[in-house]
Amino acid sequence: MSHATLATEFVADRKRAAWHDSALWFVRSKRDKCAQALPEWESLREIASQIKQHTSSRLAEYLEEFERNATANGIQVHWARDAAEHNAIVLRLLQERNVKLLAKSKSMLTEECHLNPYLEKHGIEVVDTDLGERIVQWRNEPPSHIVLPAIHIKKEEVGELFHEKLGTIAGEFQPEYLTEAARVHLRQKFLEADAGLTGVNFAIAETGGFVVCTNEGNADLGASLPSLHIASMGIEKLIPKLHHLGVFLRLLARSATGQPITTYSSHFHAPRLGGELHVVLVDNGRSKLLASEEFRRSLNCIRCGACLNTCPVYRRSGGHSYESPVAGPIGSVLGPARDAAKNASLPFACTLCGSCTDVCPVKIPLHHQLLAWRKELADEKLVPADKRFAMKMAGLLFRSPWLYATAGRVGRFALRFAPRWLVYNRLNGWGRQRELPPAPKKSFRQLFRERKK
Amino acid sequence: MPTSREQILTAVRANQPPATPVPQVKGTWIEYDDIVGQFCGLLKSIGSAGYLVDSLDQINATLAELPAYQSATRICSLVPGVGDSSVHLDSLARAHELDQLDIAIVNAELAVAENGAVWISDAAIKYRALLFMAEHLIVVVPANGLVPHMHAAYDRLRLPEFADGRKAFGAFISGPSKTADIEQSLVIGAQGPRSSAVFLLR
Repeated sequence: MSHATLATEFVADRKRAAWHDSALWFVRSKRDKCAQALPEWESLREIASQIKQHTSSRLAEYLEEFERNATANGIQVHWARDAAEHNAIVLRLLQERNVKLLAKSKSMLTEECHLNPYLEKHGIEVVDTDLGERIVQWRNEPPSHIVLPAIHIKKEEVGELFHEKLGTIAGEFQPEYLTEAARVHLRQKFLEADAGLTGVNFAIAETGGFVVCTNEGNADLGASLPSLHIASMGIEKLIPKLHHLGVFLRLLARSATGQPITTYSSHFHAPRLGGELHVVLVDNGRSKLLASEEFRRSLNCIRCGACLNTCPVYRRSGGHSYESPVAGPIGSVLGPARDAAKNASLPFACTLCGSCTDVCPVKIPLHHQLLAWRKELADEKLVPADKRFAMKMAGLLFRSPWLYATAGRVGRFALRFAPRWLVYNRLNGWGRQRELPPAPKKSFRQLFRERKK
Repeated sequence: MPTSREQILTAVRANQPPATPVPQVKGTWIEYDDIVGQFCGLLKSIGSAGYLVDSLDQINATLAELPAYQSATRICSLVPGVGDSSVHLDSLARAHELDQLDIAIVNAELAVAENGAVWISDAAIKYRALLFMAEHLIVVVPANGLVPHMHAAYDRLRLPEFADGRKAFGAFISGPSKTADIEQSLVIGAQGPRSSAVFLLR
């Protein structure tokens, strides 16, 4: 379904849509405060952008360097061309060690690969240990935001859910109370888990290690209690040097939630004594995206979510309207790259206001890429017929000064005198939720001529 | 049939753009006139606490006033002379026995003023789960390990190693564990420690 169709349902509850909008704007405001407190903010963004672009330009070498150093550290490195291969590798590692319960921390990559249902189908219990992810897992929903997975859910609903799942007191919905209940539940799961799986925020070629950032401590508990730790990472997560982390760790949490750093920035470089550490490097379309001059910079994304928080369309339509593991502006660029036909509506869920580009910590030109996608999708005829027709007509109109002037005259007349049903009907999609402005009596050109006299 | 590794590397090599230079991480970074004040103030703002102290006795005296410490029964201190340690890592069969540990007291090497983080490695900690399982985390850092920002931290930081040359784990930890996953309400004490305190020891 298109973004607009799915969003219709979201915006039908006006109060809730407004609540969602303001919750995200609050996060965006915190980000601004944090960014403005650092005089060097803009130079950090520039350096981060250049590091990422440089890494892309020599990615094959850095992947080899990472593999070499990680292997020397005792990490076992696996390569997966696509989601299916990634899932098969993870399943094999778990089955070989007779794992029954997997404690998983946040990883958008495993969402992209649909790892959870695959493992569950094979009889492995998967517990998402990030609080927000546990909430959406219990609701059988995907996360609606890459950093705040349950931002679309009200505390009363979490209260009901926890009453059902954890036996908390019915009608109790204070966040402190519910978080405490989840803490008790999740810590028990950590103690029972046979393996932990984490994502990767940054992998360092120079040292053969990787960094995972969380606030809850769930990734660390999952990676330090069971003896098996698997880390899944997209091949674009590499950075060349350890000291480059100084740049990225200063940008990440400030951009994401407006905090100076996450509580935990954990540097994993080797299995712990008596344990095993596996890294799965996943391509799944990334090497193909690297070939596109237009869109390759979307691979520089560090998944902070700042572009989602600032996006007027995301805030007012909710993450589930995107039907994509990553929502918002960056998701609308990555989605069509993965499956153009399925995600063709996403680049149009955008006002081209450019706010995403302004806040992106690695300076991905997001709104330019969204515009470029529109052209590409139209060329591939993946845009709905009515939109294509309207664009074709607009093309004719703008090419002919006479036609343009005539259409303006007709429009000004019609808006003043035509009956309402003739203007606001189902052919006028734009007028569905909007009132057209009152028509001026004269065109700009008329006014300009009169002024010159 | 080439392996997945070869296929991925071949595709990446064929598709990667012309080389661009790697930038220098150089700039005019933020400095603080009162770096200790900045560090302790930042910790306070994230629900933690920072103290500048001159002796281990002073740390013990401060700990004795903390309610969490007063009510603690299971304490594991890896800092000689600080706290009454009743749990010894060597006597545990596995990390899981750290569940319900009240207090962990550990050393850190560096502290970062801009974000309240301390750099802790597990090179001298038998079970690194200690850092995440404890209900309350107490950290002792040499005061001369306080740096203004992350660039200075990475300049000074060396990746920790065990005695046998194996690489150890290291983490920047800033304050207690926390979450805001329920309606953006900040709750301190998610899955990890519920509180933390840092002592800068002169």
